[in-house]
Amino acid sequence: MRTDRALRALGVAALAGMVATVWLGLFVTPNAVGFADGTVRLLYIHPPLAWVMFIAYGMATLSSLLYLWPRTRHRRFDRLAGASAEVGVIFTGLTLVTGSIWGRTTWGVWWAWDPLLTTTALLFVLYLGYLAIRNVPGDPETVARRSAIAGLVAFLDVPIVFFAVSWWRSLHQGPTIDLATRHSYVHGSMAWTLLLGFVSFTLTYVWLMAHRYRLAALKDLEDDQGLETALAERWAEAVR
Amino acid sequence: MLRDALLVCGKDLRIELRSKIGINQVAPFAAAVLLLFGLALGPSRPALQAAAAGLFWVAVLLSVVLAVQRSFAVESADAARDGLRLSGLDPAGIFLGKGAAIVVQLLVLEALLTAGVALLFGARLSGGLVLFAACVSASIGLAAVGVLYGVLSSGARVKETLLPLLLLPVAAPVLLGATKAWDDALAGDPTHAGVWLSLLAVFAVLYVAVGTVAFGPLLEDA
Repeated sequence: MRTDRALRALGVAALAGMVATVWLGLFVTPNAVGFADGTVRLLYIHPPLAWVMFIAYGMATLSSLLYLWPRTRHRRFDRLAGASAEVGVIFTGLTLVTGSIWGRTTWGVWWAWDPLLTTTALLFVLYLGYLAIRNVPGDPETVARRSAIAGLVAFLDVPIVFFAVSWWRSLHQGPTIDLATRHSYVHGSMAWTLLLGFVSFTLTYVWLMAHRYRLAALKDLEDDQGLETALAERWAEAVR
Repeated sequence: MLRDALLVCGKDLRIELRSKIGINQVAPFAAAVLLLFGLALGPSRPALQAAAAGLFWVAVLLSVVLAVQRSFAVESADAARDGLRLSGLDPAGIFLGKGAAIVVQLLVLEALLTAGVALLFGARLSGGLVLFAACVSASIGLAAVGVLYGVLSSGARVKETLLPLLLLPVAAPVLLGATKAWDDALAGDPTHAGVWLSLLAVFAVLYVAVGTVAFGPLLEDA
């Protein structure tokens, strides 16, 4: 159907963007001065990963709110929240891993108690908890409401954690390595590659989330109408 | 609402007084945690003094998990939750009452643990007002978020493992704020403590507000 075709086109675009980012990032862009050999190339994936993490959690929170709001209460927002948070957790994990590798080559340590890093790590655990509570079985409406509230409670904690950790560092240890300033020296082919990275990672996020959403919708359908209907749909898809 | 809160708080505290689980199990657990921290860090007094505030609050945090589990185990026995729902008490009142009961228990526990860190780790208890203010505001925040997650996970079969996973990361800013306020007070220089106390207060107000609104629907579902 039309949505299938759109989804496939999205997947192809995301893949093409990824390939182009890898090619530009590894072979075309110059190595920057002041970075250990080649590590600047992490620039093209690390910030885009973090960016996707933010939009994924933003989307999960927005969907939770829409679900809780009586006028817009619909199971699709619950599915959307779950799908987005799941993809968000994956991207948080990848952000932490790439950040850690970068930190090792730049600062000489795998981990620094930087506000951003610490907040990201806590975000990872917070949303793992959210996914755990989504998996607690129960009546669909109950699970959806419980998950939406848990999602909001987790999200509310994020700014508090960030401020707490920032104060903790600034009050007691002096300013830390500022992750933001480094990115302002990006220009020319590097800037274009970074932009492409942002676009293709965002496309990948949308593609993954759409698939995850569809899977959740099929799962709900299976629960609602039994296995038969879902199987028939799946067969119909394969034939087409 | 406040009358309902007082009723529920009184009920929970009476149960705790009579069952003596808090005194017989939670307090000894917290004491054991302190002793184990001492063993892990070694007998060096300066190291223990430097770490005293953090160890105190980690011990409190671990005990909160037990207190919350206890608070909802009481409700799940003998279908007490159905009774609570049928009682016609305001859900917000039930939330505040259960939270208040946990706050009282935590304050007693914190008093015992304070004596513990002073005895075992040789912490000098200066800045008593800051110490006390941090205990009160941190306990309110922890109890609020604890009761909220307690009811969220109370219906689940995996609640024993789910609750710590949910509660401990959310409580991270409380651990940080309370530890820093205590650090400053114990070091005799509470100039920065105000920032941390206000952080604890913001956390407490936020989660009490969220819990008051969200507890009703969650109790229906549990």
